[in-house]
Amino acid sequence: MYEIKVGIADLNITFAPNRLRTTGLGSCVGITLYDESIHLAGLAHVMLPSSELAKGEVQVAKYADTAIPELLMRMERAGGRRSRMKAKLAGGAQMFQNKGNDLLRIGPRNVEASLIELRRLQIPVVAQDTGGNYGRTIEIEAETGILRVWTVYHGEKVI
Amino acid sequence: MTGGFRLEPLQLDILREIGNIGAGHAATSLSKILGMRIEMSVPNVEILSFDKIAQYVGEDKLVVGIYMSVEGDMTGSIFFLMGITSAKFLLSQLFQEELNEKEPFTEKDLDALQEIGNILTGSYLSALADFTHLTLYPSIPSIAVDMAMAILTYGILEIGRSGNDALLIDTSFMNGSEKLEGHFFFIPDPSFFPTLFKALGVPM
Repeated sequence: MYEIKVGIADLNITFAPNRLRTTGLGSCVGITLYDESIHLAGLAHVMLPSSELAKGEVQVAKYADTAIPELLMRMERAGGRRSRMKAKLAGGAQMFQNKGNDLLRIGPRNVEASLIELRRLQIPVVAQDTGGNYGRTIEIEAETGILRVWTVYHGEKVI
Repeated sequence: MTGGFRLEPLQLDILREIGNIGAGHAATSLSKILGMRIEMSVPNVEILSFDKIAQYVGEDKLVVGIYMSVEGDMTGSIFFLMGITSAKFLLSQLFQEELNEKEPFTEKDLDALQEIGNILTGSYLSALADFTHLTLYPSIPSIAVDMAMAILTYGILEIGRSGNDALLIDTSFMNGSEKLEGHFFFIPDPSFFPTLFKALGVPM
C-alpha cells in the first residue's frame, strides 16, 4: 500500500490498495472522485474557485472549474467511467473572520464552485465535510472510497 | 514552473536587511512586553513554491497563528506563528501565572496573543516604512489555532492567482532557553517589488 501525497494546487489518481492524502486544507477544498467498480480514486487540492481569477497562465489543478474536469479526464483515461463516479468534498473553511475583503470568503466560494462543477459534470456528491473555521487533513482509500477527515479540535470523521 | 519570479542576489540581500531591521524592532517590543531577553535569528529570505512553503512550515503542525494583511503603498501578508508550548509560555510570562498546556486557550489568552501580534507587526512595519519611505499599515489582526498550512495558505491566495511561488521572509524569535520560539513570516505580494526597489533606488 502506498500513500500518495497530493500537494497544494495539485491532483492525482490511484488504484487500490493505495491511498491519496492531502494535508492542511484551510480555505482550499479537497475534491475526491471514486469509481467503486474498479477501485479507482482521485483527489484534487484546489486553491481558488475559478480560473477566471487567474492572472496569466492557468494552472489547471489550482482552480475548481479546471481541476475537476482534469481529474475526471485522468480517471477516465485510467479506465474509470463518469456514470459510476461519486464525489466527496472536504475543506473550504473560513480560517479568519475579517472585514470586507472579498478574497476572505474564498473557502465558501471554493465549495460552491466545486459543487457547481460537479453538477455540470453530473457527478453526484455523496458526502461533504466543508465550512467552519478550522483546517482539515484528508485521506481517501482507493480500496473502499472511504474519506477520512482529521481536524485539530473537531475530531476525526469518516465520510 | 510558470508564473515564477526571480530576484537578484542584491535584491534578496536588501529584503533580508529589511527583515532584519523590522524584526529587530519587533524583538525589542517583545522583550519589553515580556520583561525578558528575546533573541532573533538572521532572517531567512527565500522564494519557495507553495508546496515547499508547506514543508517549510510543517504542514499539519499545530500552531497559534496571527494573521494581518499589509495595506498601503505595498500589499502582502504577515503571520506570527508559534507552537502551543511557546504560546502558553508567553502567556504565563505576560500574566505571571502558571498555565496548563493541556487546557484550551481562553478568550483572554487569544486576545492577549492577538494584541502581541498586533504590536510586533506594528513595530516591524513602522521600521520598514521608515526605511523605505513607503506608507504601510497592517489590517486588524485575526487569530487561529490550527494546522500551520491551513493558516498560511490564507496569505498566498492572492499570489496564487498569478504564480506558484512566494517570497517568504522568516525571522525566528527565541528567549534563549527554548521555551519560547516564534516565527514571523512576511509574504509581500510580488507585484510590489518594483515599488519597493524603486523607493530604495535599486534597479529592478
